[in-house]
Amino acid sequence: MAGSITTNNLSASFGDIRAVEGISIEIPANKVTALIGPSGCGKSTFLRCLNRMHELVPGAHASGEVIWDGKNIYAPEMDATAVRRGIGMVFQKPNPFPLMSVADNVSAGLRLAGVRKNKAAMEEIIERSLRMAALWDEVKNKLGKPGGSLSGGQQQRLCIARALAVEPDVILMDEPCSALDPASTQKIEDTIEELKSDYTIVIVTHNMQQAARVSDFTGFLLTRESGEPGRLVEHGTTSKIFTMPDRKETENYITGRFG
Amino acid sequence: MMSLVAQLRGKLAVKAKPARGKLGDPVFSGLVFLAAFSIIILMALMVYKLAQVAMPSIREFGLGFISSSEWDPVKEVFGAEPFIYGTIVSSLLALIMAVPLSLGIAIFLSQFAPRWLQSPLGFVVELLAAIPSVVYGLWGIFVLAPFLGRTVEPFLSDHLGFIPIFAGPVYGVGLFAASVVLAIMILPTISAISRESMRNAPREQKEAAQALGATPWETVRIAVLPLARPGIIGAVILGLGRALGETMAVTMLIGNRPEISASIFAPAYSIASVIANEFAEVTAGLHMAALVELALILLVITLLLNLLARLLVQKTGSRALRKGGR
Repeated sequence: MAGSITTNNLSASFGDIRAVEGISIEIPANKVTALIGPSGCGKSTFLRCLNRMHELVPGAHASGEVIWDGKNIYAPEMDATAVRRGIGMVFQKPNPFPLMSVADNVSAGLRLAGVRKNKAAMEEIIERSLRMAALWDEVKNKLGKPGGSLSGGQQQRLCIARALAVEPDVILMDEPCSALDPASTQKIEDTIEELKSDYTIVIVTHNMQQAARVSDFTGFLLTRESGEPGRLVEHGTTSKIFTMPDRKETENYITGRFG
Repeated sequence: MMSLVAQLRGKLAVKAKPARGKLGDPVFSGLVFLAAFSIIILMALMVYKLAQVAMPSIREFGLGFISSSEWDPVKEVFGAEPFIYGTIVSSLLALIMAVPLSLGIAIFLSQFAPRWLQSPLGFVVELLAAIPSVVYGLWGIFVLAPFLGRTVEPFLSDHLGFIPIFAGPVYGVGLFAASVVLAIMILPTISAISRESMRNAPREQKEAAQALGATPWETVRIAVLPLARPGIIGAVILGLGRALGETMAVTMLIGNRPEISASIFAPAYSIASVIANEFAEVTAGLHMAALVELALILLVITLLLNLLARLLVQKTGSRALRKGGR
């Protein structure tokens, strides 16, 4: 059973510019939650606040609470690197370590965490992670090849395997398919479906069909006027958001009237 | 000659569409080709001329020139070994001191320094490169060498004297002092170029490491250094090239004694220094030929090292560039 995440009044800014404000949302365990909204509404920024990646941008700041597994990850005694190990992330642009071998890419997180395992145990973790990411069959004969030699779709699944290998609790995905072709997108969506029995997944997507296909819950973020921070307009089960949303803005966005 | 140039041009020049009846394009491409080709001619002429003047010495001493350590203009016996030794050892010692420090500076400036500190600090480091080497030499002789002779060298000699390289009397002036000044002189080159290549490390790579729970140092190690390696190697080689050829400061500090000692505190001599010291009193004959042969050897050492570096960069770098996707 994976953990859930609850945010209370979460706001994030870059320098003086507020990107998102006052977001309170519950992200249930072992479900897929999609965050949708037009470009610039702050959904990626919000996602990056959930594992303290946001604060790594110079001048960036976050306030409010993110409760994960009963603890506020922004509490002073929390170690940011431990938070990031427990809440993994997959980025928009596939970013494997290009010179590292495929196998080393997968085990990179474990080695960083100082996990010492014998060769066989390590190989088992590598195989399991690659299988979960639906990449094993394609790379099992080139585990020693550099990660940069794979195709874009394979690279993205390698990044998923890399995130899975450290056995996180939650996986955040920031538009993981936006740089991929339909076939690779299909594979990653299948992977997401498989993963939710073990993990809690939050996915930011531009693609509403994708949100409808893969997610159980959906949150809709919107910037009311340009220059204003993004806010959470509505969230609920995906079927409700896509069929009978409470708010007019949500309906307009879902039906493609703007955004 | 012209036909050769034309032939080569046909082979090398980018095939351009003939511009409608205009002369500009062929004239321009011919001019830039000549500009580039003139470098090769200059280089070839220089090597040819050096070899020609050095010929008496090459004939007289053969390969023994490199391995003999006697240098006596009066008896007309010349051997280059102490100079080659002094040149290479002083440069390598300088690298050993300068590379770790430079990489530390580069990592700090490109990854950790707050933005307001980056440019001023980088500027100060680069300013070091603008100081004339005679100034370094003067400072070395009046400040650094006495300081080393009073503090660092006796300390090393007392505590590590059982190792031959730290044994023996300390003078201040000598191979070690020259190396320290060389290290300071090549520091800006190495740190500035490595900083640039580290700065180009893609943000996505750093985020990949950070999202896996990497600490700042681990992020540098797995996401910054691998992709910056070709640039770092290039920087080190440029620094080494500068150290090998540096004349003024080394001449003022190395002690100018053509001997090979086990101790790095002893005086030594370098190729560039002996040329600078003796060219004025040389008239002609074997002495002149021997000095020019030394120059030729320095040129060959530098060329070989550059070649080696190029191979290294290609070997480690091409993969990064081909597969790195950027």
